[in-house]
Amino acid sequence: MNIWIEQQRALIDFTLASLARRKARNLGLLAVYTLLVFVLASVALFSHALRHEATRVLADAPEIVLQRLVAGRHDLIPPGYLEKIGNIRGVQKMEGRLWGYYYDPVIKANYTFMVPSAGGVERGTIVIGAALERVRGLALETGISFRAYSGKLYSFVVADILPHDSELVSADLVLMHEDDFRTFFEFPAGHYTDIALAVANPQEVRNIAAKLAAALPDSRPILREEMLRTYASIFAWREGIVLAILSGAILAFAILAWDKAAGLSAEEKREIGILKAIGWETGDVIRMKIWEGVLISLTAFLVGYVAAYLHVFRGGGVLFEPVLKGWAVLYPRFQLAPEIDGLAVATLFFFTVVPYTAAVLVPIWRAATTDPDAVMR
Amino acid sequence: MIFQPAIIALLLASGLGLAMLLAAAPFAVQVIRHWDIQSGAERQLQLERRTYLFSTLLTFVLALQGMALLLFVFNADRMAVLFVGAMCAVGTLSVNPYGFPALLLQMAVFFLAAIWLVINHVDTRAPDYPLVRIKYGLLLALLPVLAASFLVQLQYFLGLKANVITSCCGSLFSESSQALSGDLAALPPALAMLGFYGVLGAAVAVAGYHAWTHRGGFKNHAGPPQVLLGPLGGQGRTAAFSGGGYLVALTSGGALVAALTGILSFVSLYIYEHPHHHCPFCILKPEYDYQGYWLYIPLFVATAAGLAVGALQFFRRVPSLATVVPATTARLAGIAAAGYLMFTAIATLMMLRSNLILFG
Repeated sequence: MNIWIEQQRALIDFTLASLARRKARNLGLLAVYTLLVFVLASVALFSHALRHEATRVLADAPEIVLQRLVAGRHDLIPPGYLEKIGNIRGVQKMEGRLWGYYYDPVIKANYTFMVPSAGGVERGTIVIGAALERVRGLALETGISFRAYSGKLYSFVVADILPHDSELVSADLVLMHEDDFRTFFEFPAGHYTDIALAVANPQEVRNIAAKLAAALPDSRPILREEMLRTYASIFAWREGIVLAILSGAILAFAILAWDKAAGLSAEEKREIGILKAIGWETGDVIRMKIWEGVLISLTAFLVGYVAAYLHVFRGGGVLFEPVLKGWAVLYPRFQLAPEIDGLAVATLFFFTVVPYTAAVLVPIWRAATTDPDAVMR
Repeated sequence: MIFQPAIIALLLASGLGLAMLLAAAPFAVQVIRHWDIQSGAERQLQLERRTYLFSTLLTFVLALQGMALLLFVFNADRMAVLFVGAMCAVGTLSVNPYGFPALLLQMAVFFLAAIWLVINHVDTRAPDYPLVRIKYGLLLALLPVLAASFLVQLQYFLGLKANVITSCCGSLFSESSQALSGDLAALPPALAMLGFYGVLGAAVAVAGYHAWTHRGGFKNHAGPPQVLLGPLGGQGRTAAFSGGGYLVALTSGGALVAALTGILSFVSLYIYEHPHHHCPFCILKPEYDYQGYWLYIPLFVATAAGLAVGALQFFRRVPSLATVVPATTARLAGIAAAGYLMFTAIATLMMLRSNLILFG
């Protein structure tokens, strides 16, 4: 075993020296390799962080949201529905929620008006999200007027601004008192936008949803797990599409690697010839060349991955933001939490190191089987 | 669903493997028909040169299959969130009828690839390449398995529909399930535990004995280490129990079955700290700190090594392999013994640390 390790060490030593002798050539390949890892790793890290963020945000969402439908469209929950549902075993809490959209012609964007279930907002005041604060230039204790859909003008005082770390969900949020909400939208008394249900046991969620659908045939239960599933598949799909588009780049890289490995210089051929003349076997030359590939791959993978990490979590992923994030007037500004995913690293390895290795194997063999007398003559 | 990155990676790996094996097939036929180590003809030289290429190529392809197995399982577990009713890899794999066959084929490819790689290793260590024909014959036999694995995987991934309501591990591995999985789960824990420790203990003992008696490339009949015997050491090298290698393979196969049965019937219970949850896949989940990988990786490596010991026994009478085969089998048996020991120790540790009380 020790001899084997010594042998490999000597081979690595020799390979490094041989790589250093042809700096320009190898650095070119290394740069392209690193760039490829960087691009693919950025995509993977970015979409994983987004997925993670979505999961984190939805962790506090109610397990079931019940909407009423009229002709297949979302409608208000009329009085008496909460009573009709009655007591379903397994439901910890059930409450009507009040929220709606308001279109602001000033910045041409939609706000979400909402009444917090816990209360805490005084009449005549509002609590706003950070993106809204930015876009409308609002500050604490300043007033703002909204023209309601009825044509009347209502003024509110900004009592508080929601913290920045919740911006992903609260960018366009306006929290207000229930009475203000009802007068502003002329919301019929006793009606609610939808019903939120908290369920303790995750395995009961489907049963409860089935019971709800049976008790109220005109309603639609939306499960939290369904939302999570949708987010997960949307982000994975987007990532997959970007990868599929980039597969051209992977192929181009494989061709470049093949070409670089195949185009041995006369000097390199002579070197291999001399090695074989002094007693190296074909297997040794192959081993040396494989070490060369391993060293280049490892360096490119590490450097590329670290660069991608910095790009996504320090630089905000500027290169891929538009594709993976989407776009809106009131777009939340958020810092992605650094998250490394083992599966993504393994996948990345399959996308970069495997094509590279596959591409250089034949040229390596060709180089290793050259006859010493043919090249030294 | 095909646009999941990990799925693309898996298809890339198995497609690449199949393509390389297909490229090697005509060469394999040539070797089988024309190989003649005594000849100095142009064709023989060509063939000899090419064996370097193909043996490197296949080492790469087959090593890749091992990694692909890991990625396949990891990905199946991860994708469970995408399917209604799925809680772990079981749900993902039962979305369509190709899921479990794809996993089993990938496992078969892993074991066969490991055995082929060991035979290849032994062959290249002998100066006259005595196994070259057998090696390439086996390669042709491996080709349909790899092709089947690729096609089933493709069918499986193409057939992943998000609207299918799949089943959860709770139903497949419950004691009342009619399938084999249910019978294994319903095994009385005391009996299963006896079988588990008995068979694994036997596997460790047989593999350990084989490793000890064959170390250094000779069949040393059990006795004091050679150093103590000094010049007399040579007399100890009598034909040891020659069926030992096959026994290692047999006990390794048995140990795999016993280990999986044990995981199903009681190890999982201790990990989940739940008297009725028997799933062998949930232990791979992050909620349980990926503990399953600690069990499965040593188990699979040990089984592959143990099976390879058995495969090498067929060649122990080849003159040029007289020392290579025992040396290699000794090392492999050592790996197998260490792997099973590690598996048993880890499983025992998990049970000791658990708060579940199954007995008393």
